[in-house]
Amino acid sequence: MMRRFTLIAVPYLWLLALFLVPFVIVFKISLSDVALARPPYTPHFDWATGIWAFLSELDFENFVFLTQDDLYWKAYLSSLKIAVISTLLTLLVGYPMAYAMARAPSEWRATLMMLVILPFWTSFLIRVYAWMGILSNEGFLNQFLLWTGVISEPLTILNTNTAVYIGIVYTYLPFMILPIYAALERLDESLIEAAEDLGCSRLSAFWLVTIPLSKTGIIAGCFLVFIPVLGEFVIPSLLGGSDTLMIGKVLWEEFFSNRDWPVASAVAVVLLLLLIIPIVLFQRNQQKQQEAEQ
Amino acid sequence: MKRISWFNTVSLTLGFAFLYVPMLILVIYSFNQSKLVTVWAGFSTKWYGELMQNEAFLSAAWVTIKVAVISSSIATVLGTMAAYVLVRGGRFMGRTLFSGMIYAPLVMPEVITGLSLLLLFIGIGLDRGVMTIVLAHTTFSMCYVSVVVSSRLVTFDRSLEEAALDLGCSPSEAFRLVTLPIIAPAVISGWLLAFTLSLDDLVIASFTSGPAATTLPIKIYSAVRLGVSPEINALSTLMIAIVTIGVITASLVNKRQMVRQQREENEAGRN
Repeated sequence: MMRRFTLIAVPYLWLLALFLVPFVIVFKISLSDVALARPPYTPHFDWATGIWAFLSELDFENFVFLTQDDLYWKAYLSSLKIAVISTLLTLLVGYPMAYAMARAPSEWRATLMMLVILPFWTSFLIRVYAWMGILSNEGFLNQFLLWTGVISEPLTILNTNTAVYIGIVYTYLPFMILPIYAALERLDESLIEAAEDLGCSRLSAFWLVTIPLSKTGIIAGCFLVFIPVLGEFVIPSLLGGSDTLMIGKVLWEEFFSNRDWPVASAVAVVLLLLLIIPIVLFQRNQQKQQEAEQ
Repeated sequence: MKRISWFNTVSLTLGFAFLYVPMLILVIYSFNQSKLVTVWAGFSTKWYGELMQNEAFLSAAWVTIKVAVISSSIATVLGTMAAYVLVRGGRFMGRTLFSGMIYAPLVMPEVITGLSLLLLFIGIGLDRGVMTIVLAHTTFSMCYVSVVVSSRLVTFDRSLEEAALDLGCSPSEAFRLVTLPIIAPAVISGWLLAFTLSLDDLVIASFTSGPAATTLPIKIYSAVRLGVSPEINALSTLMIAIVTIGVITASLVNKRQMVRQQREENEAGRN
């Protein structure tokens, strides 16, 4: 009994102390005033004064500030836009790859799988950095395009949103491929043959049988890309330009450059609220998948 | 044998080219003589030499490895415990909250995790340094470990444990002699995952480190912001090489183990 208690209590307390409590603190600081002292905020919550005093003193001025300055609105909207578009682009690139992997001879599959996973183990920062040398004005892409004569003037790609999209698709591709591949590999091929025997063209068999049966994989892959991209910092900071507005970058700057902790915390709370819906949908999708497997 | 269609061949070729060409270019140009990273001026290993003399990078690398080893080891113990509780623990008070706290960090944006931990450390007056980075990394990587280990625990036959208990093992002996050897590959991959996540992390480490402790990703990030540099190319090449060797070795070991396990199972079936 004692053993069971320890087994539960140790990881539980660790997560409570280092995961849940910090969120409560963020929430609390998002409701306090900026102060120039260190730490730069005046706490609004004091256990001694009790919950009622706290509630009566709550002030949402940081959240009001977020709605007044259109920088924040634009940053949330543009993060959402970038996350949606890049998720779709990743799906467009990832689905054919996952499909081809699932259709490849079975003795290749383990190797193909390893080739998809290998970049995932390589440093994220380095993979983003690799594109800086490729996309810059004197970079390899421009050199190559100039050499082939497709363009006569170098294209400006680095420090634009295009570079951000390329970077996101590149780094998040494995997250999209793996769940779709897992769904497609389980797919019973005789179903497609049956559809073709019953008069479907190959394309309509794909559309009517393969796509619906890989739906859980597609949904899982899309969420696995969308959720982290929404708060992404490294990619917009290295590949994006000054006009690339993403909320992760705004939070970082609010914190490290402006040292405005209450506003940074308020930005974090709103980002979290935005993420709750996709996270809940994602978990429901995973549960459905698990139930289907059993 | 089924032939692979041309459409599938094209999408695999283009897809893998997209995944690997950027890294290949990085590796090739780390051997470039010229300081200009986009002009090839002959083969040279001088950037590796300069890297080895760069004290700042070496000390950052040392901090990073120290943090990764300590945090992934603690995370493996905590994550395995958490997985065991989730899969075998039955019902207890606050189970939903517990599983929520295991899964939430997996999808939490790093900026939020980093910010919240920093505010905690400042709130309790903990000086930022190696210790705070270790605490932060342990917290998020234990969740990954627990997901990896619990996926193995779910598929494994519980009657083996029960047999050990019936034959007179104490619960801890049953765990040590039966459960642990079976879940060991998952525990090891959990450790490896935690280790790489820690090596890789820039955002959370930036929030939770102090001036006393700079990790390699923080160092790389501040160098890279100023543009492409051959020294960073050399450093990246070394990191890519280490990861590649590690992953290939791990998958070979894993494959051999699976073959052996299959053989043992076949033999057991025959007897």
